[in-house]
Amino acid sequence: MVEMRNVRKIYDSSNTVALDGIDFSVEDGEFVFLVGSSGSGKSTIIKLITGEIRPTSGKIIVNDYDMAKIRRGKLPKMRRTLGVIFQDFRLIDNMTVYDNVAFAMRVVGARNRDIRKRVPYVLDLVGLDGRERRLPNELSGGEQQRVAIARALVNNPRMIVADEPTGNLDPVRSLELMLLFEKINDMGTTVLVVTHEKELVNAFSKRVVAIDGGQVISDGMDGYFAYE
Amino acid sequence: MSRLGYLFGEGFRGIFKHGFMSFASVTIIIACLIIMGTISLLCVNIDTLIDDLEDQNEIVAFIDEDMGEIQAAALEQEIVGTDNVASAEFVSREEAMDNFMGNYDAALMEGVDATVFRHRYVIQLDDIAEMAKTKQELETIPGIAKVNAHLDYADSFIKIRNIITVVSFVLIGVLVFVSFFIMSNTIKLATYSRREEIAIMKMVGASNSFIRLPFVIEGLILGLLGSLLAFVIMWGLYNALSSRIISSFSVSFLHIVPFSSVREFVLAGFLAVGILVGAFGGVNAIRNYLKV
Ligand SMILES: Nc1ncnc2c1ncn2[C@@H]1O[C@H](COP(=O)(O)OP(=O)(O)OP(=O)(O)O)[C@@H](O)[C@H]1O
Ligand SMILES: [Mg+2]
Repeated sequence: MVEMRNVRKIYDSSNTVALDGIDFSVEDGEFVFLVGSSGSGKSTIIKLITGEIRPTSGKIIVNDYDMAKIRRGKLPKMRRTLGVIFQDFRLIDNMTVYDNVAFAMRVVGARNRDIRKRVPYVLDLVGLDGRERRLPNELSGGEQQRVAIARALVNNPRMIVADEPTGNLDPVRSLELMLLFEKINDMGTTVLVVTHEKELVNAFSKRVVAIDGGQVISDGMDGYFAYE
Repeated sequence: MSRLGYLFGEGFRGIFKHGFMSFASVTIIIACLIIMGTISLLCVNIDTLIDDLEDQNEIVAFIDEDMGEIQAAALEQEIVGTDNVASAEFVSREEAMDNFMGNYDAALMEGVDATVFRHRYVIQLDDIAEMAKTKQELETIPGIAKVNAHLDYADSFIKIRNIITVVSFVLIGVLVFVSFFIMSNTIKLATYSRREEIAIMKMVGASNSFIRLPFVIEGLILGLLGSLLAFVIMWGLYNALSSRIISSFSVSFLHIVPFSSVREFVLAGFLAVGILVGAFGGVNAIRNYLKV
């Protein structure tokens, strides 16, 4: 669940107004595309949700945490309620597929028994069974992104946020990945996907929030066209 | 790969991956501790010396050079009559020379005439705290040229000790800071080569203390290694030095504290500094990553 009310973000270093009064919310269980041209502020919204940066003003609630005021020590707990996915996968090169996913459980203190049960389950869910022993560079881009999705899912988050997850993939892999996100959403996890691939968005009839110049310019099932 | 195994594995991995910097930080810790230990042990020895001197509540009153033995011996009444004097024993020139020669190598003293020594009184006091005052009173007695109180030595040793203490505090502070700085930069290399892993740990919600731990462990290992090596070196150095000092003075008026009686103190001090520098070096190295 995300709630943003009149959120402004000014980057001091470049004196850029990245967000200029953002208002929108994502309810539990929803699937939302966040679209907009380059520099419109999409990644800034994702970073505010994950607590990587703080708003200059306004209110942000993420899974019941007040992100404008959250104490640094509370961030790890808050982040366990999120699964985050990036365009560049961010896998650990010298760890196998299995270990990359298990790593996410291990570092939050999961028990070995639970790790051994859960990791094969999520790898199977994202369609990577049989690839456990491979290293990231022995996989295709689409497979690598599936590893990242498995890692995001493995701690059972309430919400998945993905910043241009298909940016490095061809159209067919991209579509397959979106279908995977849809499957994850059907299983009850909230999904927020940032993208600027028009065909992809139009292939699904989902809610689309379009932003431009740091403001929401449309929000609805036909949002993508309004943004054009 | 268990959680604990992971933490220790990462700690050791960092050390070997950046072998040169690890070597540098251990070396600098050793250097820092050796200097610190040398200064402290010097102070310990001066302190014992001061204590020794203060224990001797004995002062020596030298008689005017031109006074004969009979006249000099006659001063006894007046000396004993002075406040705070418990007893006074007359020692003639010749006796003084005999005593002196007994202490030193007789060959050195060949041809030395007794006239270079003075008649003197060895005086025992009731209260050493009053030593300075009694000394003054004795010096007003006609015929007494000079009163030597060990207090004078004690005072100058105390001054020397105080100067060493101040200088060493500054020096040790600087050295500890330098060690900390080098340690922290060594571990920063490890954090840098693992920055992607750290970013992932943060993203999936690992606690700050969990992210910090491998680097603190790396610092602790380096710090412990440094303090143990420094301790062994200090031990050898101290024993070598003290045996040279003892053998080069035929009288042991310099009573050197044996290493065995300060061993635990040195070890504890070294371990404390090594552990603190290591742990805080690790914490500092990772600090910037944990800000967001
Ligand atoms: N760390 C930063 N410091 C300064 N300015 C920044 C920073 N990050 C982003 N900006 C600026 O803020 C604005 C919004 O950036 P943001 O990354 O949110 O855009 P975006 O919608 O994700 O773009 P893209 O589609 O290219 O990824 C841009 O003008 C960008 O230059
Ligand atoms: Mg972006």
